[in-house]
Amino acid sequence: MTASPIAPVVEGRGIVQDYAVPGSLFARAGKVRALNGIDFAVDKGKTLAIVGESGSGKSTLARIIALIDAPSGGELRIDDHTVDLSRKRLGPALRSKVQMVFQNPYGSLNPRQKIGNVLMEPLVINTDMPASERRDRAEAMIRKVGLQPEHFNRYPHMFSGGQRQRIAIARALMLNPSLLVLDEPVSALDLSVQAQVLNLLADLQDEFDLTYVFVSHDLSVVRYIADEVMVISKGEAVEQGSREALFADPQHPYTRALFAATPVTDVAAIRARVERRKAARAG
Amino acid sequence: MALLNIKNLTVKFATATGSFTAVDGIDVHVDRGEVLAIVGESGSGKSVSMLAVMGLLPDTATITADEMTYDGRDISNLSDAERRHLIGREITMIFQEPIASLNPSFTVGFQIEEVLRLNLGLSRRDARARALELFRAVGIPNPETKIDAYPHQMSGGQCQRVMIAMAIASNPRLLIADEPTTALDVTIQKQILDLLMKLQEDFGMALILITHDMGVVAETADRVVVQYQGKKMEEADVLSLFESPQHPYTRALLSALPEHATGDRLPTVSDFFSQEVAR
Repeated sequence: MTASPIAPVVEGRGIVQDYAVPGSLFARAGKVRALNGIDFAVDKGKTLAIVGESGSGKSTLARIIALIDAPSGGELRIDDHTVDLSRKRLGPALRSKVQMVFQNPYGSLNPRQKIGNVLMEPLVINTDMPASERRDRAEAMIRKVGLQPEHFNRYPHMFSGGQRQRIAIARALMLNPSLLVLDEPVSALDLSVQAQVLNLLADLQDEFDLTYVFVSHDLSVVRYIADEVMVISKGEAVEQGSREALFADPQHPYTRALFAATPVTDVAAIRARVERRKAARAG
Repeated sequence: MALLNIKNLTVKFATATGSFTAVDGIDVHVDRGEVLAIVGESGSGKSVSMLAVMGLLPDTATITADEMTYDGRDISNLSDAERRHLIGREITMIFQEPIASLNPSFTVGFQIEEVLRLNLGLSRRDARARALELFRAVGIPNPETKIDAYPHQMSGGQCQRVMIAMAIASNPRLLIADEPTTALDVTIQKQILDLLMKLQEDFGMALILITHDMGVVAETADRVVVQYQGKKMEEADVLSLFESPQHPYTRALLSALPEHATGDRLPTVSDFFSQEVAR
């Protein structure tokens, strides 16, 4: 599947996810196939972007890769080992390897927990590190994500959306994961803050040799951050390939439709539109 | 002549810690049949200035303006009855969350017919016929069955079409759309924007589009106002704005677009401001 001699950090083979729909007085119980046989592999230090619209199954896939949900079929391999969540509980070693950052940083932080404790909690749960070391690690991480040491004792409501997303990223990195699953991490942020967080993610990836699975609906963000892209629609991976190939020559009609619908800020395109409109008005 | 003309609009909110200025001396005007985009990030006051025009701000807001006219008429001191006559008929508005804008307890048909009966004085039968006509105009499939659907039975894009149908029911001369596509998928966004532009051209109504999305601006606007922290940074026709932005903030915003990235890093707005200060 991949040319590199080293096994991919994460690999999925025929991932299937069914959700049971309970029956009612009027309808029989059934199931909805949210993912239908997805294959993928991400090499170390690379970014796989999963692109799709609402209901496509992209977040379902993200939750499976982040080891939150067990798939109903297929095989998920992390560092060349099969992980089966439905049969065996995960140990701290595997939990540390894979971490997740969610879309809404307002919802993913406990409003009553100070930032320092937010960052130290994963260490309390997964390691037997002494308190002083935990504190040092948390303070170092706060600086690493571009916040100030005095933020340690503050509560989430005292931060802006962009700062909160930095905190969420810092928490995900506390256990030195090798794989970070990012589910729409910049979708709730303003454009200028979005640029800062994307820059931070790029820096952290270089520094820690992180592997990213980046879920997004925004093609312009994907084009900026991804190495490999998977376009997913109605639970099927309709197109997969390198960023260059996919953006230069999209093959699948759905990918093309997605590209055609994405607004362009290109001056030539704006000029053409303005002229079309002028002509329509004159005529 | 401008259809809507606002000069030196300031909106202050009384808060527990004192007065907060959300909009600080903004001039806005929109001509007949024109598409004006007001673009800014959260906290730029882009929605608040339009809510002030619509009279939709809470009592804690203090609104002052040197001039606030619609079609040559002063609208700053309207009575409630006069305002109802204007808002919802001549000037209508649609919002970001289409599903939240509709009442979940009533069918969409009932809600649009209510608008038609109250605002246009139509009979029930005429309202029904007009509602179906509007549903067709905004491209809702199977209007005869959809008209009896509840909001939760429709997708976000369809709910936004219902909201648009309601907003254009009285053939308004000005439609204010506050982030109309932000909650929608990009393919649906495209459909809704195309629909708004088509209706705007067919009916010759003016459209004020409030958005944070430079892509939406590029695809729709004739003229653009860029706001930041309650102040107007720049105003230009859409082509000049993208071709040669004058204000550093506009330049910063445009260069922060990921599709404009050159090299590995995205320039950020704060990078830009620090460069400006250094100069």
